Amino acid sequence: MPQENDNIINELTQGEYKYGFTSDIETDYIPMGLNEDIVRLISSKKNEPEWLLEFRLKAYRYWLTLQMPTWPHLTIPDIDYQKIYYYASPKKKEGPKSLDEVDPELLKTFDKLGIPLHEQKMLSGMAVDAVLDSVSVKTTFKESLAELGIIFCSFSEAVKDYPELVQKYMGSVVGYADNYFAALNSAVFSDGSFVFIPKGVRCPMELSTYFRINAINTGQFERTLIVAEDDAYVSYLEGCTAPMRDENQLHAAIVEIIINERAEVKYSTVQNWYPGDKQGKGGIYNFVTKRALCKGDHSKVSWTQVETGSAITWKYPSCILRGDHSVGEFYSVAVTNNYQQADTGSKMIHLGKNTSSHIVSKGISAGYSQNSYRGLVKVAAKAENARNFSQCDSLLLGDKCGAHTFPYIDVHNETAIVEHEATTSKISEDQVFYCNQRGISTEDAIGLIVNGYAKEVLNKLPMEFAVEAQKLLAISLEGSVG
Amino acid sequence: MLTIKNLHANVNGKEILKGIDLVVKPGEVHAIMGPNGSGKSTLASVLTGNPAFEITEGDISFYGKNLLDLLPEDRAREGVFLSFQYPVEIPGVSMVNFMRTAINEQRKYKGLEPMSASDFLKMMREKKEYVELDNKLANRSVNEGFSGGEKKRNEIFQMAMLEPRLSILDETDSGLDIDALRIVATGVNKLKSSENSTIVITHYQRLLDYIVPDFVHVLYKGRIVKSAGKELAYELEEKGYDWIKKELGE
Ligand SMILES: Nc1ncnc2c1ncn2[C@@H]1O[C@H](COP(=O)(O)OP(=O)(O)O)[C@@H](O)[C@H]1O
Ligand SMILES: [Mg+2]
Repeated sequence: MPQENDNIINELTQGEYKYGFTSDIETDYIPMGLNEDIVRLISSKKNEPEWLLEFRLKAYRYWLTLQMPTWPHLTIPDIDYQKIYYYASPKKKEGPKSLDEVDPELLKTFDKLGIPLHEQKMLSGMAVDAVLDSVSVKTTFKESLAELGIIFCSFSEAVKDYPELVQKYMGSVVGYADNYFAALNSAVFSDGSFVFIPKGVRCPMELSTYFRINAINTGQFERTLIVAEDDAYVSYLEGCTAPMRDENQLHAAIVEIIINERAEVKYSTVQNWYPGDKQGKGGIYNFVTKRALCKGDHSKVSWTQVETGSAITWKYPSCILRGDHSVGEFYSVAVTNNYQQADTGSKMIHLGKNTSSHIVSKGISAGYSQNSYRGLVKVAAKAENARNFSQCDSLLLGDKCGAHTFPYIDVHNETAIVEHEATTSKISEDQVFYCNQRGISTEDAIGLIVNGYAKEVLNKLPMEFAVEAQKLLAISLEGSVG
Repeated sequence: MLTIKNLHANVNGKEILKGIDLVVKPGEVHAIMGPNGSGKSTLASVLTGNPAFEITEGDISFYGKNLLDLLPEDRAREGVFLSFQYPVEIPGVSMVNFMRTAINEQRKYKGLEPMSASDFLKMMREKKEYVELDNKLANRSVNEGFSGGEKKRNEIFQMAMLEPRLSILDETDSGLDIDALRIVATGVNKLKSSENSTIVITHYQRLLDYIVPDFVHVLYKGRIVKSAGKELAYELEEKGYDWIKKELGE
């Protein structure tokens, strides 16, 4: 029996966004706005090689030719790209080599978020890369992982220390021309994480990146690049929070994963960006491109996401199943409350033979929110015996919110079996009263019911995150009933 | 312990309870009978605080507390238990998790520490015996896919777990075959004590062979129109509700 249930229930009653504080950290900004000089400035701040600057400039010039797409089921206010700081970093000496050099205020910030950066204080079995605004401030357990040949470092360090790897893989899964926000990210990205698991190595601990936006009017544009060589395995976690502010802030990230033969990558996200207030003021725009390439035969990727934060979420973690017998999985819980909007789902592109994919999407809508599942299952002509099963469930709390499902199925091989199931349900007053009658308060009842509904996905998360995620689900739905 | 005075209640603006008076003392079993639609379930809902019902007049006191001032969950924690006529299904929420939450909420209310996992499991094992509840049911989601009879047994199992001071059994006999009826009734009888009281709502006399009432009340059109000892149940069985209607001059 899960021991932690009591604690979860106890914490449910606290409510509100718990991570909304701002830290008093001296911040270096570059001038506001976006133009070629800004792109060059970011690149020079990071002492980047020429090829990377060229990559950025190509991306920037391409971005200028694009219009923001209008196909999602989202209402997005105009974004003034000249009113954003594209680079903000905590003031510090160049690259702290030991923890003593890290600004104590920064350590405090991450402590407060429950992400201690002192290795001895950390949960054993988890290494963390902490990214604040535009830069990585600290990566833990780097040395012990290096003994196994595992590279886990900030993206900037990877550019410096492993330029050939970065150059080989960056943009190979999500090209700069992929979409509007991919182009923008490719032009102005500042930091992120780099993971390389060499042939035959099972990473012995969870790797995790914690993203924090602190500075005002700043966009966060990070990139994550994960490479798993043959027979490698890694489980990777991503968490994120931001202060409460009345302005919307843009977060446009790229995650690329390359998985070789028989290798497996698990990528879990607990997305808890500031969602805006009850009237829909403020909050993060979370526009992210995440894609994994199952390159080798028998390779496997699974995306698990718990999306509770952000004013607007717009993302479709995808799997390109190129290797024969490769497997793609997508497990998602997306919660929207108040005036939040989410348009999220997955793309499964079957290219290799005997590939299979599984989609489980659980949408939970409350308040005046809009929650859409959008998914594509594509089977190419040569993909013999492809299998897909998609399950898309929507749970509605109240009658002012919306749940929508947009499944696209595109099959070019007649041996494919593609199944799609969808359900919509409500938490009924009778269910809540039944719980009440057993001594369970309405808030706790909603927490129980919602966690029960999302269980199939939460079970996919690593233990520490699963507990966190259960609490989050309940908290983000507080005040949505009764 | 329970005193209901001149209770009036509406649902959707329509008056269903039209002045109920009832006193239930510790250890007593009261049966409430009456034809369909007379307001029996409504009375149960009002006692337990179902927000769908509006109290327009009257008082309910329970061990000196004004029940109408308490939230439904606090009434439950005070020891008011309802075995629902139609128990709802709660998909994804395991019985274990559900009961553990319920028990610990009740303990918190009483200022007690949460129960340890092992004590809790032991208690579950013991209490399942009362109603011969299948072990498998405890691992399933609350009432999900349970047969009608299993749902009713599950209600009594929860009653055994929560050890209420006042149990209201709303048509717990309906949908049960004779064996299941005996099991449920035996469970209820085992839980009876000189401290706690039971209100048995039924419109058949059958259940009352097993759970013997001290008083029988006939609820008709929102009023208690007749109260007597257990012999009233047999009289009703024999003469039908038309007899009551005639007596009332209808
Ligand atoms: N939620 C409700 N909405 C509308 N009418 C209701 C509701 N619940 C009960 N009623 C009405 O109240 C009356 C009494 O119902 P009920 O208390 O369920 O009777 P009983 O349990 O004695 O069969 C019936 O006329 C029924 O239709
Ligand atoms: Mg009834």
